[in-house]
Amino acid sequence: MFDETHFDLAQQTVRQVNQALHGIGESADASARRFRVTNPKGAHAVAAGLTAPISITIEGSVGYYCAGMNQRAEVTVIGNAGTGLAENIMSGTVKVTGNATMSAGATGHGGLVVVEGNAGARCGISMKGVDIVVGGNVGHMSAFMAQAGNLVVLGDAGDDLGDSIYEANLFIRGKVASLGADAVEKELRYEHQQLLAGLLDRAGLAADAGDFRRYGSARKLYNFHIDDIDAEVAARAARGSVVDRVGGAT
Amino acid sequence: MSGYDDGPPWHLQESYTFDRHVISEIRRAANTGIYRIRGFGAKRPLPTLDDLVFLGASMSRYPLEGYREACGTDVVIGAERAERPVRLRIPVTIAGMSFGSLSAQAKEALGRGASAAGTSTTTGDGGMTQEERGHSETLVYQYLPSRYGMNPDDLRQADAIEVVVGQGAKPGGGGMLLGQKITERVGEMRTLPVGIDQRSACRHPDWTGPDDLEIKIQELREITDWRVPIYVKVGAARPYYDTALAVKAGADCVVVDGMQGGTAATQDVFIEHVGIPTIAAIPEAVRALQELDVHRGSVKLIAAGGIRSGADVAKALALGADAVSIGTAALIALGDNDPNLDAEYRALGSAAGAWEDYQDGTDPAGITTQDPALAARLDPVIGGRRLANYLQVLTLETQTLARANGKSHVHNLEPEDLAALTVEAAAMAGVPLAGTSWIPGHE
Repeated sequence: MFDETHFDLAQQTVRQVNQALHGIGESADASARRFRVTNPKGAHAVAAGLTAPISITIEGSVGYYCAGMNQRAEVTVIGNAGTGLAENIMSGTVKVTGNATMSAGATGHGGLVVVEGNAGARCGISMKGVDIVVGGNVGHMSAFMAQAGNLVVLGDAGDDLGDSIYEANLFIRGKVASLGADAVEKELRYEHQQLLAGLLDRAGLAADAGDFRRYGSARKLYNFHIDDIDAEVAARAARGSVVDRVGGAT
Repeated sequence: MSGYDDGPPWHLQESYTFDRHVISEIRRAANTGIYRIRGFGAKRPLPTLDDLVFLGASMSRYPLEGYREACGTDVVIGAERAERPVRLRIPVTIAGMSFGSLSAQAKEALGRGASAAGTSTTTGDGGMTQEERGHSETLVYQYLPSRYGMNPDDLRQADAIEVVVGQGAKPGGGGMLLGQKITERVGEMRTLPVGIDQRSACRHPDWTGPDDLEIKIQELREITDWRVPIYVKVGAARPYYDTALAVKAGADCVVVDGMQGGTAATQDVFIEHVGIPTIAAIPEAVRALQELDVHRGSVKLIAAGGIRSGADVAKALALGADAVSIGTAALIALGDNDPNLDAEYRALGSAAGAWEDYQDGTDPAGITTQDPALAARLDPVIGGRRLANYLQVLTLETQTLARANGKSHVHNLEPEDLAALTVEAAAMAGVPLAGTSWIPGHE
């Protein structure tokens, strides 16, 4: 059992804690890579901007942007998390044992976000490669404009799931209140079940991959639809058809 | 001959309401079924800073000697909170324009020119490229709703962070980049499929309103260890409230972008009909800063939108801005709309002086394109020199006007140095109509 460094947010500021965590160098030995934070009491931006492969356990609930833009660190929150949990995560793992409010994992480029309870609205909004696993339900507009990555929901999803989605995969075990624009159900093939099983295993949540449904993009909004009546009229004229006389470039 | 090239005979009268441009646009809409998307900025007549004049020195105002006496132009942003404030030699910055909308060569040229002149350049909706980081002495990193290419490593490389709430060409709208410009490199940077018509988010994904923004700014400061200033950029919609709320949220600098601000691709109806002109926006932003007792103090104001000359710069500063930002003018300095390219513009259905199709990626000047052959036409070194020269002229002109009004620093210019040529300008700018002491609305 390695020793761990203890930060008490009742005695120290978020700035002091983050500054210390940002200062962990690549050469730090294992005993200097484990941290415990107590008394967060809803503080914002706790453990934001980490870059080193360190392990942090936060005992209590956190406010906005906990573990924001995380790189390589493993952050566990024993409690609930506010808006923007692990927003723009690049790598590493961020886990919350309770619930997360809005925009969990927003715009994440990589890594893994696990919410063992429920996640609120806009979970995985604009996700860009992150994997998100939610043990409970997700709120409305989740995976809005999701670009890449995987969102796994063991419970239900709220309205407008995956609105304007690009190439992300959405795996929902429960009910979907409604799908957003351009989101459709897709076949859950063997390779998807394999992917899903791996994500559930990494998240430490038990479920049968075969119980999920997969949703993704219909790709009908990828490009503007542009008509060209003038070209059609010109083509008809070239064929000798009778055409009206309007149209054409000026 | 009618007396006008291609015009109707003199006995015929064209409609003022349905003029040729209107007829053309209705026909284009009827043919295609899609709104007009274009680049550049607002083209219709709007109240501008041209509607103001400086009064200059007189019996009661003592001028500075125009060529020799010192007239400071430096700007410092974020000195109160940031460990490394932004220090500019001139009060003109380069506005955010993305790699994607612009070629890598154009971004490099902007960086070179800005650095030579001692000012900053800004990324855009698409992330930071090494071309611009490497050639920009001071680089402002835009933090946008889309978060395309958003990377904490790049964030930490930036000299300032600009949280973009809106832009003057389209307050309330997100970015747009059509498929012709979503190449493999651009698509990879933005995590988007190649060739799609990208329509960026218009709202930030993880904050809503000024209370959230305050926490977001705290997070950005934490991630960058409080080293760099944080700007908040808004389109000129409700500048008094937006500026006050940005200050409340903790911004070191507020950027207010008037409706003449340019764009790489936006719906024409948005460009021409949303937002208010720059001349109207600056005084409202200044009023908010003054009421909060931070004007010309801890929070700086950058005004943007249609800035073209040292006269525009000086007038914006006299109205209370600390600096201005240029976009379209900088592209023109690089070679956009160059008359020497007229034949090529015409081959594309446009003409030098009217070229606005930044969205198409077919720019013969090699600026607003991702086509390697076209982009290679722009020499970043020469382009950078042209921009540096232009920035120098803007600065010299600004100093000339400041000295004429007896100011030893351009920030000493003030509304009292100005008069308005129209009632509208007097009302918007809050300065007297020329020859009177009348400011409409200030009775």
